[in-house]
Amino acid sequence: MFESLSLITLQQYWWLIVSLLGALLVFLMFVQGGETLFFSIARTEDEKTLLVNTLGRKWEFTFTTLVTFGGAFFASFPLFYSTSFGGAYWVWFAILVSFVIQAVSFEFRKKPANLLGAKTYEIFLFLNGLLGPLLIGTAVGTFFNGAMFSLDDMNRVTWGTPFRGLEAVLTFHNLALGLAVLFLSRVLGLLYFMNSIENTAIYERSKIQLLYNTVPFLVFFLYFVIALLFKDGFAYQPETGAITIEPYKYLHNLVAMPVNTFMLLIGVVGVLWGIVSTLLKGGTKGIWFVGGGTVLTVWALLILAAFNHTSFYPSVFDLQSSLTIENASSSRFTLVAMSYVSLFVPFVLGYIWYAWKAMNNKKISTEELEQEHHVY
Amino acid sequence: MIEGLDLALVNWSRAQFALTAMYHWIFVPLTLGLGIIIAIMETLYVKTGNPEWKRITKFWMTMFGINFAIGVATGIILEFEFGTNWSNYSWFVGDIFGAPLAIEGILAFFMESTFIAIMFFGWNKVSKKFHLTATWLTAIGANLSALWILVANGWMQKPVGMVFNPETARMEMTSFWDVLFSPMAVHKFLHTTSSSFVLAAIFVIGVSAWFILKGRDIVFARKSIVVAAIFGFLASIYTVATGDSSARSVAHDQPMKFAAFEGLYNGSEGAGLVALGLISSSETDPSNENLKDFTLKIEIPNILSYMAFMDWDAFVPGINDLIRGNEKYGIMSATEKISRGKLAIEKLKAFKEAKKAGMVAQADSLKTEIMSPDFQKNYFSYFGYGYISDPHTLVPSVPLSFYSFHIMVVLGMYFILFFLMALLYTLKGKIHKHRLFLKAAIWTIPLAYLASQAGWVVAEVGRQPWVIQDLMPTMAAVTKISAGAVQVTFWLFAIIFTTLLIAEIKIMMRQIKIGPKSEGGPSHV
Repeated sequence: MFESLSLITLQQYWWLIVSLLGALLVFLMFVQGGETLFFSIARTEDEKTLLVNTLGRKWEFTFTTLVTFGGAFFASFPLFYSTSFGGAYWVWFAILVSFVIQAVSFEFRKKPANLLGAKTYEIFLFLNGLLGPLLIGTAVGTFFNGAMFSLDDMNRVTWGTPFRGLEAVLTFHNLALGLAVLFLSRVLGLLYFMNSIENTAIYERSKIQLLYNTVPFLVFFLYFVIALLFKDGFAYQPETGAITIEPYKYLHNLVAMPVNTFMLLIGVVGVLWGIVSTLLKGGTKGIWFVGGGTVLTVWALLILAAFNHTSFYPSVFDLQSSLTIENASSSRFTLVAMSYVSLFVPFVLGYIWYAWKAMNNKKISTEELEQEHHVY
Repeated sequence: MIEGLDLALVNWSRAQFALTAMYHWIFVPLTLGLGIIIAIMETLYVKTGNPEWKRITKFWMTMFGINFAIGVATGIILEFEFGTNWSNYSWFVGDIFGAPLAIEGILAFFMESTFIAIMFFGWNKVSKKFHLTATWLTAIGANLSALWILVANGWMQKPVGMVFNPETARMEMTSFWDVLFSPMAVHKFLHTTSSSFVLAAIFVIGVSAWFILKGRDIVFARKSIVVAAIFGFLASIYTVATGDSSARSVAHDQPMKFAAFEGLYNGSEGAGLVALGLISSSETDPSNENLKDFTLKIEIPNILSYMAFMDWDAFVPGINDLIRGNEKYGIMSATEKISRGKLAIEKLKAFKEAKKAGMVAQADSLKTEIMSPDFQKNYFSYFGYGYISDPHTLVPSVPLSFYSFHIMVVLGMYFILFFLMALLYTLKGKIHKHRLFLKAAIWTIPLAYLASQAGWVVAEVGRQPWVIQDLMPTMAAVTKISAGAVQVTFWLFAIIFTTLLIAEIKIMMRQIKIGPKSEGGPSHV
């Protein structure tokens, strides 16, 4: 089945899968966004416990998606994995540490004799919620603005600055994407609270916060998108592999890939509709519009970064070291083998959906927590 | 090829990986084994309808949850460290190594993380049978995730199903099934998971013994011991069997590792097994501090030959044979392997230079030569030796390998006896009278962890200097970064993981003191 596909088709297929995982990760970062809101939404300890437990039942999805995103990138585009992780050392470790402290915090927070105290674990969650989306968003910004690496003829990476990736924050366009992802995750977190918690006070406070977080999200997101349309991009010649700077490259990509552009527009409309309808009409379904819109928008942006002969991880230190889906991918054999594994993805999504529905068919409440054996 | 190699960088990178792997492995075996034990207990609850089994299941589930969280925390670092600290390795083997890692995420991690939520929070939300299914799927998901990472590790110990592509300067997969069903990978998975079941069973028995010693929750403790002792006994027998077949794979594919952990310096026909030994501090070979002889040893004749090759008189090569070569038995010397490896590297360099200079014909001819079966077999299979300058660096730390292996084996034998006694005493209904055994059961918990860690020391220290057997030495795999940066992250993780470990132990001990609760109340109070 997959054997008959050309190498470039397989490479594109795997970029679509990795991008979809990245898009789902951004949606699932409603957990991170929610973690930054405990102190501003909750007024009492019981309310805080309610918020923590609401997210505590979902944090593993985000975590697993991050790990699978990393694994899938390693399998399909190992040169990106070795170049970015080996090169942007400090950025990735900052992201990873924030997830390490998150992983224990839900479980340990309320347990007696937890050594550090509940407050410390709540701060750990806040730090994860702040640094995770901000740094991941900023790191993804380098897909459009480039990073400081070079590769030798054995594909070994050398980084151009001693800051090992942290210099990405000095490019405002990267930072704007990071901030947009951070505020989007907070918007998603608020909508998830409104959807899943049986508590009027929390609902009302979340609605107010929704407005406060939508404004900065829109400012940074629109800046990012508009600047993207006018900036130079990194094109490659498929015949020679040579990388060149092309003015308005991403605008050209939008024009050249109308289906993707349509998906981007639908995604943005979905995000806006979810937010606006919740602000104006109330309700609890906003998370699905904003969540679905987020997946489509991020997916489209990541396709924009790599398709139509575009370098998805350009080097501004040594242009010809830039990575493309053609020069960074696994071999044909591995992509074919992995493609068979990808057939399981709909089945995995199916049981996740089923389990999610089974667990979320009733809203979480303080009364339920009082009956619960396992409480965070 | 590895100009300007910084040994401090290599050592700190190794230390960091060892630190994170060893911390991770404190938590993983308990998750793997306890998941199954919990599923068995819940099955008994669903089958019998006895609420005591539900209470027992929920208590061990609380232990599972505490342990699982920190296992996840330490695990994420390991996955990404392949890229951050071993980027040359990541590229060299990413075409093969990445696939199991991705499959692990898609097929195993999602199963685990989806159903664990139902396992913990679904008691009042889904049917009994659905809940039981979720518990089993969580346990299966955890063990499946072990499968894929151990397949990857098995491939590093015995690379199969691949070919070297000079164009991309990396190994490329040619057979997924060869990688998945490599005997080394299969043995490694079976031995690692069964030994994890042993550890978890010991944990359950040890904690239950504490309750009996305190004279509380006796029914809970006895029922827990029965399940854990049967499960642990079966797992320990299987661990011995898989350990035996695993050792035979090592003898065949990693003879230096085998010689190191058996403390065999000079090979012989009908080689004896050093059952117990004390390695001398005096050196038998002044050029290599690793080569030390025994001050004291108890040796059983011919056993090693039989264990390694199922033949009482078979020749088992020793460390000296593998370094100096042994013509009689067709063993190539390390010097010869090094010269062949250097030639393979030179050919690759020449190919790259020809490509760069645009000399197409010359590049094509070199590529054909490199890819030819003869070159692959006789030269490229020694590629990693080309990075080695001193043959004696091909010997791993013998004392560390030898002692770790023997600690693991001796404790493994003790565990079988331990499970038998636990089962016997419990079934006779007299376990509360054997206070010495109950106290020993508590102290067996750290011994199980010691054996488990020792097993990984044998596997990973024993294969040094290789990160991929014969193809890539550890020093060539490392990311080019300052040693200082790695030092910073090493100490950062040492502090974070140690703090979290202390927190975990304190929380677990408090939960044990609280004990199993009656139905209804939240578990954190």
